[in-house]
Amino acid sequence: MSFVAIAFYVFASIAIAGGLLVISSRNPVHSVLFLILTFFSTAGLFVLLGAEFLAMLLVVVYVGAVAVLFLFVVMMLDVDFVEMRQGMMQNLPAGATVGVILLFELLLAFGARSAEGAKSLEEIAVGQVSNTRALGNLIYDDYFLMFQTAGMILLVAMIGAIVLTLYHRPGIKRQNIAAQVARTRDEAVELVDVKPGQGI
Amino acid sequence: MVEAMVEFYQTPLGRVVLDFSFCLILLVVLLLSIAFLLVADRKIWAAVQLRRGPNVVGPFGLLQSFADFLKFVFKEVIIPAGANKGVFFLAPLISVTLASGAWAVIPVSATWVIADINVGVMYLFAISSLGVYGIIMGGWASNSKYPFLGALRSAAQMVSYEVSIGFILITVLLLVGSLNLTDIVNAQQNIWFAIPLFPMFIMFFISALAETNRPPFDLPEAESELVAGYQVEYSSTGYLLFMLAEYMNIVLMCAMTTILFLGGWLPPFEFLGFIPGVFWFVLKVCMVFFMFAMVKAMVPRYRYDQLMRLGWKVFLPLSLLFVVLVGGVVTIWPDLIWADVPAAM
Amino acid sequence: MTRAVAIFKSFLLLEFITAFRLCMKYFFKPKPTVNYPFEKGPLSPRFRGEHALRRYANGEERCIACKLCEAVCPALAITIEAEERDDGSRRTTRYDIDMTKCIYCGFCEEACPVDAIVLGPNFETPTETREELFYDKEKLLGNGERWEREIARNLELDAPYR
Repeated sequence: MSFVAIAFYVFASIAIAGGLLVISSRNPVHSVLFLILTFFSTAGLFVLLGAEFLAMLLVVVYVGAVAVLFLFVVMMLDVDFVEMRQGMMQNLPAGATVGVILLFELLLAFGARSAEGAKSLEEIAVGQVSNTRALGNLIYDDYFLMFQTAGMILLVAMIGAIVLTLYHRPGIKRQNIAAQVARTRDEAVELVDVKPGQGI
Repeated sequence: MVEAMVEFYQTPLGRVVLDFSFCLILLVVLLLSIAFLLVADRKIWAAVQLRRGPNVVGPFGLLQSFADFLKFVFKEVIIPAGANKGVFFLAPLISVTLASGAWAVIPVSATWVIADINVGVMYLFAISSLGVYGIIMGGWASNSKYPFLGALRSAAQMVSYEVSIGFILITVLLLVGSLNLTDIVNAQQNIWFAIPLFPMFIMFFISALAETNRPPFDLPEAESELVAGYQVEYSSTGYLLFMLAEYMNIVLMCAMTTILFLGGWLPPFEFLGFIPGVFWFVLKVCMVFFMFAMVKAMVPRYRYDQLMRLGWKVFLPLSLLFVVLVGGVVTIWPDLIWADVPAAM
Repeated sequence: MTRAVAIFKSFLLLEFITAFRLCMKYFFKPKPTVNYPFEKGPLSPRFRGEHALRRYANGEERCIACKLCEAVCPALAITIEAEERDDGSRRTTRYDIDMTKCIYCGFCEEACPVDAIVLGPNFETPTETREELFYDKEKLLGNGERWEREIARNLELDAPYR
């Protein structure tokens, strides 16, 4: 067995074990930590595939930002997962159905892709181009419109979230940093010659 | 004999041995230099405040860090009763592992780099974004209020400043056209990026301060409000490891500033080229570290909302603006990409 | 307009440079720190440090067990037991000071009619155990012997003001 194969099995088994522990561990914070472990091993798998840029993106975006927010929320909320698991058996059929449907859709997608032969990274990366550049070409040349559309959707979502939660409360004292910084000595200090016994 | 050794180093096992010994050498040098930089940090801080700083252990107190090290190692390890034991011990280990792991891609000189990977900048960015886990895990596992608050502050702070660091990196990458750190330094043959990208340089420096929880952004470990933030419940080696990770990250950020903006191992003038690149690299890192230490002595701590305001309302739009600006300039005058990088391998 | 100028100025980092220059000025200033274990600051003759029991020049202990110090001590740190000695003089058999209670007010020194109990110039009295801080007569007399020169000099210097 080659070194790459050994590394693949190590990463893959860690990823699967981590995934199982995510749904089975009692402490929600531990769940998130195992989720991070799963992300990490997946990044390792990407590196083994030669897609190191994707691996780093996975780490930066999912582990560095998304999972931190997960951890944040889970830590703050103090969710009791044991209680939530009480009715798990009742919901099992519904969950299983969703899972099977998802699996079916994935199979369908991959089947269609191999049948039609959509442009893949390897095709772009043929020749002396690094996979980072190949990815760039793919996103910004071939699928430019979709990329922009996705960005727009995210922008709209962000603005929507801000509009939903933003409200101005009147009558609150706010700091105007620019005004504070712009203050000069002449405006701020006044020297008064106080006569003894009289006060100001 | 020599031939046999060369042959051995070309076998897979030999290469592993070679890489391992390189890592070991780097780690030892790094730890030793951190020991002295720690003393330097304290000395500089003290000097500005008209104090002497540590001056008892060794000549001029140079060996203070080693005395501290021994003290930390021999102290009793205290585990809080309500702590989550596994995570509690994992947190400092993760911090140190990540901080030292990032050093693998740092090119100290034109040929001195352990792993010259294509996505070096992304790797560094990823590792530094992971650094928050050590802190957040430590804060949560301590099961105590101050550490938890410190951890939350730290997480929010690091995530916010990572965004602007990311954009600043992109401006540099636009000029270089490669994610490889060696390429980035080589692209600065004619002019260091600190000059054309001066605002980015300053912003990167400030974001680096925030990213490493240094004053004036040391809110996660604010002594006066949170005692020591996420480190409150740590004693002995756990605290030592956190401290070590913090300083490793600081030196890493200094090295990153050097590589991205100050021309890495390149000499400042052409005629000084006879001095080896390592010297210039170390000198520049030390100068940036001096600024880190001076800022600690100069600036009072930010309030938390001011910190967030600076990150999201000042740095983010500014760096975004510069990405657009630099991108536009590079598109209009493609010759401006300073050094020709052969199609970014 | 002034706002724009202010914003532009803030990009020049003028304030930072000013602060940096100020800091560098202080960086090179001579440091006023007293390098403590090796250097020590001057102490007033009236300094109230560790207690000592003094003797006369002929070696006779001064304390006559009048118990004025025990009575005046606001922290109740002093315990004295007295007995007649073989030669008929009144002397202490026990003179204990609990240094964990003592507040270094100096009342005992003021109360003493024979200048026997004094607060010497020694302030480096930390110990590793609590027990070591319960001073007995032997320890106090020992202190008196060790610090006699300084104590005598301090008393002499301070005498005009008493």
